[in-house]
Amino acid sequence: MKFLCIECDRQMEFEQRELPGDGTFGAAFRCPACGRRIALLANPMETQLVDALGVKIGGRTLTEEPLELVRSNVLGREEAFQEKPAPAGRPDWSPAAQERLGRVPGFVRGMVRKIYDEYALERRLSVITPEIMDQARTDLGLEGM
Amino acid sequence: MGSVRFRTYHQVEGEDASRLGEQVAAQRERVQARLSGIGRVIAIMSGKGGVGKSYVTAALALGLARRLTGGVGVLDADLKGPTAARLLGATGPVRLDEEGAHPVLGREGLKVFSMDLLLEEGQPLRWNEPGHERFVWRGVLETGALREFLADVVWGPLDLLLVDLAPGADRLEDLAELVPDLAGALAVTIPSEESARSVERAMRSALQAKVRLLGVIENMSGYACGACGHTGALFPGQAGAELAQRFAIPLVAKIPFHPTPFPPAELATLSEAVAAVLP
Repeated sequence: MKFLCIECDRQMEFEQRELPGDGTFGAAFRCPACGRRIALLANPMETQLVDALGVKIGGRTLTEEPLELVRSNVLGREEAFQEKPAPAGRPDWSPAAQERLGRVPGFVRGMVRKIYDEYALERRLSVITPEIMDQARTDLGLEGM
Repeated sequence: MGSVRFRTYHQVEGEDASRLGEQVAAQRERVQARLSGIGRVIAIMSGKGGVGKSYVTAALALGLARRLTGGVGVLDADLKGPTAARLLGATGPVRLDEEGAHPVLGREGLKVFSMDLLLEEGQPLRWNEPGHERFVWRGVLETGALREFLADVVWGPLDLLLVDLAPGADRLEDLAELVPDLAGALAVTIPSEESARSVERAMRSALQAKVRLLGVIENMSGYACGACGHTGALFPGQAGAELAQRFAIPLVAKIPFHPTPFPPAELATLSEAVAAVLP
């Protein structure tokens, strides 16, 4: 999928993605010549179709987790996986963030926790809050997490 | 307003901004890398449900595990009706670490991975929302799940990986795309004419997908009396022999229905016959 600025005859560049949490998806593209921006807005079915391919609009920003597609999309058994405990030096989780993480199904919770941990570590954030989780979802393209 | 003129996709040089092609290529490379330590990947297929394909896969795996000292794995690719884990005595949880998801060990040290390990007891395979227009994306997700079962499961070195496919031809085509060096497929049928017709279609699809057909296994080929050992007819027809002749491939084995599953003598006979046709 390419976006062409017709006036400038230049391919637009990916700039930003938006995941409002309602199953839809948005991505902004910008013309490198004139600066004009457009937004790609996908409905839930289109969003799910892209997700089903295991690809990310705007490019992949995270290393693919094992069984990422299955864990993100299957309504599976809570205790299906036995995961290694998080190593020392991981960020803390605020009570509100922990409560929110607790609402994530056990089937995918370990993967979600790891992704937020790594996001916070990369940015030297010592505590994960719901606001940081929201920002990470948008930055990383984590639909449904 | 006049018509707008602009360049088309291929006229605009360079990758798309999301590099989707690169992302898909990376997925394929992960499959290749993960399977690089496996001697042969063989599909067990059928065009028809209810022919006992999973039982045959399990019997083959159990028998071949005693012959192939380098290890045998079973990937249950029947996502909606997974039974391999239970048949082979493999139970979770699935261990996850940096390497990936580790297969569960079943009888005879078989490495097993199945959707059965991931679903709640008795619950069907269900996908997350959206619940409408599922037909658009469900098939893509199923192929993606198969890809992850190949790429993300830590199969390690194996002599043989058996892939138990769902009934029909679609999944074999998906598998052939994901595993270009698929060693071949074994077709499972029951003796009936209806089964022959259905399995024949699937076998033709396999050939169109350039998958090598290794042979036919006729399951429920009579009923073996538990008391006297006499085998009587269970279904009319000789689908196994007919399909083998039609496709000029061996009728590898005829497995009678047994009241007790996996009799050792049958496992030995079956694995010997199949070992003879393995590439």
